[in-house]
Amino acid sequence: MALIMNKVGIVSCSGEIPEGTISRIATRLVLEELRPDQTVTICLPLFLAGGEGERTFAKLFPTITVDGCEKRCAEIGTRTYSGKPFATIVVTDILKKCSKLNLKSRDKLSTDEWKFAEKVAEEIASKVDEALGRGKNANQE
Amino acid sequence: MGMPKHKYIFVIPCSGIGKSLGTVGRKAAYKVVEELRPQHTRITCLALLTVGDEETLKQVREHPCISIDGCPTRCSQKNIETSNGRLMKSLMVTDMLRSHRDLKPEGIIELNPEGCELANLLAEEIAKTVDEIMDGES
Repeated sequence: MALIMNKVGIVSCSGEIPEGTISRIATRLVLEELRPDQTVTICLPLFLAGGEGERTFAKLFPTITVDGCEKRCAEIGTRTYSGKPFATIVVTDILKKCSKLNLKSRDKLSTDEWKFAEKVAEEIASKVDEALGRGKNANQE
Repeated sequence: MGMPKHKYIFVIPCSGIGKSLGTVGRKAAYKVVEELRPQHTRITCLALLTVGDEETLKQVREHPCISIDGCPTRCSQKNIETSNGRLMKSLMVTDMLRSHRDLKPEGIIELNPEGCELANLLAEEIAKTVDEIMDGES
């Protein structure tokens, strides 16, 4: 089955902790604002709830997984049910570089949490560009 | 009335990120576990069931669960069922929307006011279900 190379699939953990909310919002920012024409998504639980069609997702698209925590549900779920991701992102890894930020919200983000979600979204977008072979500055075309 | 067998119930939203309906379900679940019935409810990541996390599997098998699904693919219900969880009730955002057609949700990152109102109504329905299950468990 051939990859569809002009679109990248993003699978977010969407967990019910603040880091999961960051994953979800960062993913939506990429889908809606940063790379709307180059990205698609699938709800992670659909790998188990859906059929064979859903499970071919990572076989159809180069895939980027976005996880909130070290449990890495998006990465494990994608590997188990669909295929090897092109890249993996873990919010807590990026958070370690922002030592002063303490994530608290899982619904309404604070200004600092929003800025952090945007930073994660930029990292996802950069991986999208790499997956499409466009380099890191493709958004400035 | 005796003590309930279980101290709390899991409210598990679908985690959908592709439609506004998923956001409504998630928002309603947060309202129940944080405001309406914090003493009797917990939330967990549905994705943990999808990947077969042992601790989460144990929890959903031991405690009553309510699934909240945004769309007819019913990811939450199916993941709980596949995990042999104690699914007591399945609620659908689309059923609530059918009864309140004026409250059409829009937006995924941020819901419109109609979507927020729909989430509040769904939260009330979930809370009522929690009470029924707790009564039945006692």
